Amino acid sequence: MTEPLVDAHAHFLWEGCGRSDWREVNSARLRAGEAIGITCHVASILGTFGYASPTYFPAPDDVTAGNNAMLALCRKHRALVRMLVCVNPNHTAHAKKEIARCLEHGAVGIKLAASRRADDPMLDPVCELAARHSLPVLHHVWQHRRREWPNQEVSDGADLARLARRHPTVTFILAHIGGGGDYQHSYAAIRDVPNIVADTSGSGVDRGMLDAAVGALGSQRLLWGSDITMETGLAKLRALEHTGLSSAEDIRDIRWRNAARVFGPSVARGFQAGAKPRRTRGSPTRRPKR
Amino acid sequence: MIDVNALIGPYPFRYVPHPDPDVLARVLDREEIASAWVGHLPSAFYRDATQGNAQLYSALVPHAKRLRPVPTIRPDWPDWPGSLAAAREAGAPSVRAYPQLWQLGPGDSRMSELAIACGEAKLAVTLTVRFEDLRQRHPMDVAGDLQPSAVRALARAGQDVRLIVTAAGREFIEEVHWGLTPAEQKRVFWDFSWVWGPPEDHLAKLFATIGSHRFVFGTHWPLRLAQNARASLELLPREHARAKLADPDKLFAG
Repeated sequence: MTEPLVDAHAHFLWEGCGRSDWREVNSARLRAGEAIGITCHVASILGTFGYASPTYFPAPDDVTAGNNAMLALCRKHRALVRMLVCVNPNHTAHAKKEIARCLEHGAVGIKLAASRRADDPMLDPVCELAARHSLPVLHHVWQHRRREWPNQEVSDGADLARLARRHPTVTFILAHIGGGGDYQHSYAAIRDVPNIVADTSGSGVDRGMLDAAVGALGSQRLLWGSDITMETGLAKLRALEHTGLSSAEDIRDIRWRNAARVFGPSVARGFQAGAKPRRTRGSPTRRPKR
Repeated sequence: MIDVNALIGPYPFRYVPHPDPDVLARVLDREEIASAWVGHLPSAFYRDATQGNAQLYSALVPHAKRLRPVPTIRPDWPDWPGSLAAAREAGAPSVRAYPQLWQLGPGDSRMSELAIACGEAKLAVTLTVRFEDLRQRHPMDVAGDLQPSAVRALARAGQDVRLIVTAAGREFIEEVHWGLTPAEQKRVFWDFSWVWGPPEDHLAKLFATIGSHRFVFGTHWPLRLAQNARASLELLPREHARAKLADPDKLFAG
């Protein structure tokens, strides 16, 4: 059996996104995933991705419709696709309802975009629910927020670290170290916050980015991912072998074992992540459900 | 395969691991890339690139068979034709120019003069849209990206002009390509080190619309992972699996 490869940060489109090519884009993700060897896409849909309401400020109805589309994809592709339930924390009751609803249908985590700054108390009810159900929270992050940017209320590693310290039993995933901004700032901001892991996705493929990530966080706090550029994901996957910091065991952790610990064993069906991870600067493990 | 977009030397705004010719040669081996056209990264930021070019020429001597120098020439600097003559003598296939860093706006006649002189000498001009993502730049790095209008202006400067534009994205490429006549389009070649692959498949779309023959292979090493350009080719849809790129050694043919 091929060793798993979990894409911890993927997105799919749906007809409500207003793009006539949405099926082609989804097919391209699956095609490229097969070529890369991805065995599980852990994915989310952010409402209508800007068509009916803004990508990072999705209206509740759009959130629900996007999550429904994601649930349908999970049903269609079974073990190949797992879902993060997207919520807008400005609508607390709706967010809680969506989490409960999608969790019942197999969601393996929560996706927070950029609707509210990460350290805002409005996020606490969502994180309390995450703690109760042992769900990880993937948070969109701008690597070093030096100013405001349009169309999103950006958060950086320092903002996420404040949230993570308030909710020490929740595993937070700092999104896309290659997704724009200064990733070195993020490493410094989250290094000492063991319940934050980072995903390697994003269009950035700076040399030194991975080496510094492994050096700062340790291989057990990194999840491999692609986001919306899969060629950069493949490049980073290959580059891991040449960081000089990653052993075969480290690479296995980044490829899938960390993901299985964070999202649960369903993302790497048939494989055991190992009940007791090697601990390097804190390595979160998904706790059994209460 | 020839990598037309490699550099050596440090970058002023962040740490770049071992940007040395010896390491580059090993990377070419590992990635099965036959040879590279190599610029000198610090020269982009020097006021006078002449000394940087001297460093480049001497650093590449031990690797002369695989690493060809691509010196930097500022057309607003005295005696730039002397630098061009030196580039020819050193066997350079191209020269690098950074008009956006030198505050030479689109349509600046000095850039046109350089492009024309290079064309007459059968040297391409290598332009760089960006070294880094705009979102991660150092506060002192305020030059901004190269503008598509600058490329269009140079492509129109003369029939012998040959441009290699590196680090452009899909929109930039399309804006330039479809803003040129068919004759002018043939003067511009693109590397795809910053063009997105799947699921958006920008590279496949560009191959389908403007043709793979307008593209050359470039990695943007040492700033970007050398594996990325190869990954972009490997993840193309099946119909583009055998797409043929332009041969950098034949930019002036036809």
